Amino acid sequence: MKVTINGQLKSFESPLNLYDILEQEELIGMMIAVAQNGTFVPKSEYQATSVNDGDDIEIVAPMQGG
Amino acid sequence: MVLNIGDQILQSRFFLGTAGYPSPDALAQSIEAAKPGLLTVSLRRESKAGKGQDFWNIIKGFNLPVLPNTAGCQGVQEAVTTAEMAREIFETNWIKLEVIGDDYTLQPDPYRLLDAAETLIQKGFEVFPYMTDDLILANRLTDLGCNILMPWGAPIGSGRGLNNPFALKLLRERFADKTLVIDAGIGAPSHAAAAMEMGYDAILLNTAVSKAKDPAGMAKAFSYSIEAGRAAYLSGIIEPQETASASTPLIDKPLWHQQT
Repeated sequence: MKVTINGQLKSFESPLNLYDILEQEELIGMMIAVAQNGTFVPKSEYQATSVNDGDDIEIVAPMQGG
Repeated sequence: MVLNIGDQILQSRFFLGTAGYPSPDALAQSIEAAKPGLLTVSLRRESKAGKGQDFWNIIKGFNLPVLPNTAGCQGVQEAVTTAEMAREIFETNWIKLEVIGDDYTLQPDPYRLLDAAETLIQKGFEVFPYMTDDLILANRLTDLGCNILMPWGAPIGSGRGLNNPFALKLLRERFADKTLVIDAGIGAPSHAAAAMEMGYDAILLNTAVSKAKDPAGMAKAFSYSIEAGRAAYLSGIIEPQETASASTPLIDKPLWHQQT
């Protein structure tokens, strides 16, 4: 299946949950937050959140801001 | 000069942004010099390179409250989702709510700002709305439950200072029991002092420090001006007069009106 992660289209073996995606992206344990198709997904729900073909995932971290 | 805001006591009325410094060292030195009450931060896409983690390591070392923003958001859902992500990452319900309506002036969209503020307040956020100096917008925001208002002095990064002192004074008079923070447009320490002399509770700025020739030096200058402006406000500034008024007493002046 194809999933867009931070604007980049990527291919994954399905089925996957959000935790699997973050693991493959080497982001587990980092200070991040995630939105799936524009909706926030709490950290406690990564394992239970399935990722589907065509999903749009945003992964963010702290950054400088004014 | 401490400030009670939200559920916290801040040790300074200077809120400093963390973006656009020439180097991480310059950022750290500026924070040291400013001794700010809080630091503003943001969220951006993360990769396995972990840039965001490096930045956070600098910020957390200062042990200051952080105010995450929704910079760059133009839609309500986008702003709400960004705020929710910020709450989880930074472990705070504070959010500087920016919903931009115009790319050239970065003027906030008042209608979407209200919609986003309403949703976020319902979700338990303490909303710090970045807003214009419009009185009716301020009324609507406080009606929704905003305890803090952050009108712009001028467009973000413009350094123009206080474009509309009349409107800003009116907001201060009408919202005497709310926390008012000037956010954006400040260029010189005198601008910050002028806002504090009006009775504003705090100043949020970034570019005036980060783009200064000597950011740490400018941070110190703003720290002085914000403190001076606050002290002046509390001490009671005299009203301007149309005529001169001698400051030196004339009683017992020698040679009083003596003709030569």
